[in-house]
Amino acid sequence: MIEVLATGALSTIQDMGRFGYRRFGVGTAGAMDTLAVRVGNAMLMNANDAAFVEVVIFPFRVRFHADTTIALTGADAQARLDGVSVGPWWSVPVLAGQELEMRRPLHGGVAYLCVAGGIDVPKVMGSRSTDLKARFGGFQGRPLRRGDRFGFPASHSNATRRAGRTFGMLHPDAALAEKAAGCLNQDNHSRVRVVAGSEWDEFSAETQELFLSSRWKVSLMSNRQGARLEGPELKPRKNIELLSHGIVPGVVQVPPSGQPIVMKCDAQTSGGYPIIASVIEADQWRVAQTKLGGELELALVTLEEATEAWRVQCRYVQDVVNAVSLGILRERDEDRHQL
Amino acid sequence: MKQASTSAKPRVSALAAGALLFDSTQPLDERLQASILFLSEELLVLSGVRETVPGMNNLMVVFDPLAADREAIIRRVCSRWGDSPARASNNKIITVEVVYGGEAGLDLEGVAARSGLSIDEVVEIHASATYTVYCLGAHPGFAYLGGLDPRLHTPRRREPRSSVPAGTVAIGGSQTGVIAQTSPSGWQLIGSSDRSFFDPFADPPTLLAPGDRVRFRCVRVEK
Repeated sequence: MIEVLATGALSTIQDMGRFGYRRFGVGTAGAMDTLAVRVGNAMLMNANDAAFVEVVIFPFRVRFHADTTIALTGADAQARLDGVSVGPWWSVPVLAGQELEMRRPLHGGVAYLCVAGGIDVPKVMGSRSTDLKARFGGFQGRPLRRGDRFGFPASHSNATRRAGRTFGMLHPDAALAEKAAGCLNQDNHSRVRVVAGSEWDEFSAETQELFLSSRWKVSLMSNRQGARLEGPELKPRKNIELLSHGIVPGVVQVPPSGQPIVMKCDAQTSGGYPIIASVIEADQWRVAQTKLGGELELALVTLEEATEAWRVQCRYVQDVVNAVSLGILRERDEDRHQL
Repeated sequence: MKQASTSAKPRVSALAAGALLFDSTQPLDERLQASILFLSEELLVLSGVRETVPGMNNLMVVFDPLAADREAIIRRVCSRWGDSPARASNNKIITVEVVYGGEAGLDLEGVAARSGLSIDEVVEIHASATYTVYCLGAHPGFAYLGGLDPRLHTPRRREPRSSVPAGTVAIGGSQTGVIAQTSPSGWQLIGSSDRSFFDPFADPPTLLAPGDRVRFRCVRVEK
């Protein structure tokens, strides 16, 4: 069981998301940085729908009331377990009574606490993600507060197996071969890839160029619903009246203010503003990891390139799963030889 | 009995590597909506298709870009766009009781003034129509209703309100509906109802389904 000792206003329990209900107006929720949680769960050999805590505002402090193993992924939250440093992208065993503190990252915007076996809260509409709009799922449909307690599976055989075993993963920027594409997250400045949006041609060539060449500032008003970008005003050639239609995270809408918004996992399921572009699936985590006040630069790619980037990322996650399993098997073999 | 489609083909655009939007290029049409609702269910059998999300005379298809055949999805939707549904739909009529005006209907007076009608006339017009649920979206349980009398069409507010209570009856442009979750809204607020439009523990989780009809019944007008 985990007890919350201190938290900011936006720590929530999430999983890979709630899918299949967009046609009821129910969005996916889930993690803002899906890559970080896929890797975190893989490091713990969790089922890929295992639930975890997403921390957006720091510090965040918890006490563990039972032994387990955890993985910390996403931004470097300068974490400390009973005062001892734990780096980001590391998995470490935890003993009952230990306290974990996650502090404000110098770079990046969101950090994750993954737990062996996944966090145990009831599934609602097929998912443990928190729906903040309709206040259901996750921990009682709301962000965590001091004093909240929630459980995790007691004896997870892999956790016991891994007792005393500590290991880390390379940061995706180092592990993913995306440097060539110019993608990176560094010093709160990110470069991400976009595909042309449904209303791309409604914007003049000059405006399209302005969109792609500007350094957009991520507004302090950004949150799980969307990353509001500040920069030059973007106006379509003429006023467009659009009927409401489905949207997905990554879609970049341009409201009358001329300041684009990148939709994120808690966005409304339908929109009606002109869509100038969409951040590709593989780079949505980079938007989430650009700190408020940080900068975003955009590069236009084709749908084929977007699909290939996603394939590369999925292959990477599978590589992590394989490497971790191999590590466990090797340990088991070593033990058998010692007997 | 399906009949050959003579509808104009939809505009196709990508919202992501794994999402396509099919848009009508024609004025809003209730029959096209029925066709889209039927098509949205049919498409779910295609390999790799995860969700189909009907909008106002449009359809978003969400799929696994590594497993589905994007071109096959496009071909299927374009060839069946506008086809009459092969099955009759199972729709219902719901009556929603409304207290017009008062604290929840702060913009009722403004809507009346703008239309040149009295408050009572606005209420009478709003409560005498039968509306059609085109689709759900925006927030859990919210139904986009078609059929608002043109005399009541009112543009959205310049500045949205940061918090509008669930149950508020509102007008936004040429649309009307009931806000189903306490949330920000730029719509014109004209009244309130105490009906629940969404329950995550119910199956289906929403009171209204696309194709359903809605009537509003005036309980009283607070001025």
